[in-house]
Amino acid sequence: MKELLSGNAAIARGAFEAGVTVATGYPGTPSTEILENLARYPGVYAQWSPNEKVALEVGVGASLAGARVLVAMKHVGVNVAADPLMTLAYTGVNGGLVLVSADDPGMHSSQNEQDNRYLARMAGIPMLEPSDSQEAKDMVGLALDLSETFDTPVMLRTTTRISHSQGLVELGARREPARRPYRKDAAKYVMVPAHARKRRLAWLERQEALRRYAEECPVNVIIEGDDLGIVTSGVAYQYAREAFPGATVLKLGLTNPLPAELLRRFAARVRRILVVEELEPYLEEQLRALGLTVEGKTLFPRHGELDPVVVARANRYNAGPPEAAAQAGEALPARPPVLCPGCPHRGVLYVLSRLKLTVMGDIGCYTLGVQPPLAAMDSCLCMGASIGMALGMEKAAPDLATRTVAVIGDSTFFHSGLTGLLDIVYNRGRSTVIILDNGTTAMTGHQDHPGTGRTLLGDEAPRLDLEQVVRGLGVRRVVVVDPYDLAAVRKAVRQETAAPEPSVIIARRPCSLTVPPGPAPRVDQAACTGCGNCLRLGCPALALVEKVAVIDAELCRGCGLCSQVCRTGAIKEGDGDRA
Amino acid sequence: METVRNAATDVLLAGVGGQGTILAGKVLARAAQLAGRDVKVSEVHGMAQRGGSVVTQVRFGPCVRSPLIAFADVLVAFEQLEGLRWLPRLKAGAMVILNRQTIYPLPVLTGAAAYPQEIPATIRARGFRTLVLDGPALAAQAGSAKAVNMVLVGALAAELDLPGEAWSQALEDLVPPAYREVNHRAFDLGRAAAGPRARCGSVPVS
Repeated sequence: MKELLSGNAAIARGAFEAGVTVATGYPGTPSTEILENLARYPGVYAQWSPNEKVALEVGVGASLAGARVLVAMKHVGVNVAADPLMTLAYTGVNGGLVLVSADDPGMHSSQNEQDNRYLARMAGIPMLEPSDSQEAKDMVGLALDLSETFDTPVMLRTTTRISHSQGLVELGARREPARRPYRKDAAKYVMVPAHARKRRLAWLERQEALRRYAEECPVNVIIEGDDLGIVTSGVAYQYAREAFPGATVLKLGLTNPLPAELLRRFAARVRRILVVEELEPYLEEQLRALGLTVEGKTLFPRHGELDPVVVARANRYNAGPPEAAAQAGEALPARPPVLCPGCPHRGVLYVLSRLKLTVMGDIGCYTLGVQPPLAAMDSCLCMGASIGMALGMEKAAPDLATRTVAVIGDSTFFHSGLTGLLDIVYNRGRSTVIILDNGTTAMTGHQDHPGTGRTLLGDEAPRLDLEQVVRGLGVRRVVVVDPYDLAAVRKAVRQETAAPEPSVIIARRPCSLTVPPGPAPRVDQAACTGCGNCLRLGCPALALVEKVAVIDAELCRGCGLCSQVCRTGAIKEGDGDRA
Repeated sequence: METVRNAATDVLLAGVGGQGTILAGKVLARAAQLAGRDVKVSEVHGMAQRGGSVVTQVRFGPCVRSPLIAFADVLVAFEQLEGLRWLPRLKAGAMVILNRQTIYPLPVLTGAAAYPQEIPATIRARGFRTLVLDGPALAAQAGSAKAVNMVLVGALAAELDLPGEAWSQALEDLVPPAYREVNHRAFDLGRAAAGPRARCGSVPVS
């Protein structure tokens, strides 16, 4: 019987079946479950690296040693790994290496919706795009075969609707892993200029060979139909098949390089060509460059996700209103994601908000503190940016120095905060960095990292001591506070922002989803004046009902912040009674 | 005149992060698979799960292509406001199974927005067949407040053309043994509450 697998689970299965023995990555939606699934297979060593650059480098080392390797990350993670990737394209591989880039059109959980097909093209490496879970599994094997045949890393590019959609998948047996022997080859792997110049020529020759292969590649297929032609790839293929059921479709599974002759032949047999692709006009522009007349982004949006309705709207051959029963239009209250009840980030963000500080934010759950009522975030750019940006603020505007802090999570700090902090110390900054240490990578679903004392495979590991790390980087002022203690947080923030040297505040409390809840506080209804001060915490367990604070004991985790901010003492610490 | 052609049955399971829409979607998908149908499920993980609006889309039929639904045949709303939110993605005459529960979003809690009133009446007025269930009460009757999702799945089972054995096997496959009995009871109560359309009951396989 087939199994219902998400694209991510299917990719893990595909890696297992294809004989992958080493897998690395850094968590990031929508890629995270690839490694989580792969770690459960026997005979596979899988690890979280501190960031994507290191993950790819570990993968390259394993490939050099002769193993088949999978490296997984989200789209913006490939930016971090771009440095090794661009030169790896020159050196090529020993054991097959597939890099999974999980793009996020629509930005369900990302800061941009960059289209990584351009990165594969820039690197000059083959790229495969699956359109469902079965293809996601099968293409891992194909990618590794191509990698070894053409001596190149291969990108497998998914999007959120491939990564997180489930479909039925036929499982196969594992190919016995056979490690290729390691052979010293400085001209191939030592990229000093004299070697790299030769490898660049090899890289150009390889791309010619890949272009020839693309013409015959089995995952570029034509589905026969009428004289309307569709060129498409990835999940957009599925939408196009539903929206244009009669059309002749060229489904491209290999989208770098493109098969020029196949495209020309296809164009000769249809009357009109529509290019259905998500995000950028990646295929469209290359088809135009071949001299073909095509339509794409004039019909389909360049921003956000496609879906069957959006694609069908452009279907002028079968025009008619979509069969929706009700039209959107009325303004309903939004339900944005929020910091969980009991979230240890809330106490710090509340204090920063009350002190009206400028907050350089970072990537993690705490970014949710941007919303009212906390509104305690002035920036969020990329992993680790908070620290460098805080230094930049103080260098440009000394008057901001005592009113600016950087806020970053523990996992994000290990990912790319270390070098920023080093910069503050080296360049004699005075910025205050607040590390929100909840002991996990929370936003992506609680993955381990160098500070948790455990690996992806569940083994014990040395637990990196944040204080020691920070002191080792040259920071002399290091304070540890409990974010559930608002007075202590306020005192530390006031003190450290005033100090004329670099300082780090570590706000330490485990993620509230990882520990049992404490007793919910009680509201003394007679004492509550309905002032609403507690609502400034933005806690989903707290509401004012008929001008009296009400605590939802089912949601409450008993953090006690509301009783600390209550001006009339109406919210009493819980006594252990839970509903 | 239809512009999005498919022969699939399309179900939206909408709620608030943490309400159990994902397990409900798994049970439905498993039941459809056991009944020999092609199945696709789409959901979003990550940031959206932090108490925000969530939706699981399940499609089944002879051959399912898009993982996303164009317009759904059935909406299972785990929360009233989320039911209202997804009405624009329903077909004319679609079925709405509405859990009576309300969960105020942050803009309502802080007084920045008002929670809509009379949601069941609004949904009916738009011409949808509407079944309003007191999920929490039925779940409590089944033995656990957490079984609301299985109550709703039971009501959904009464609406869909999938055999009873597929549903009970799906529950066996996906619910941990310790919670199985409660979940079977919740499923049966939901199915019974859906009224005379209900077919055979779900019998736990021992």
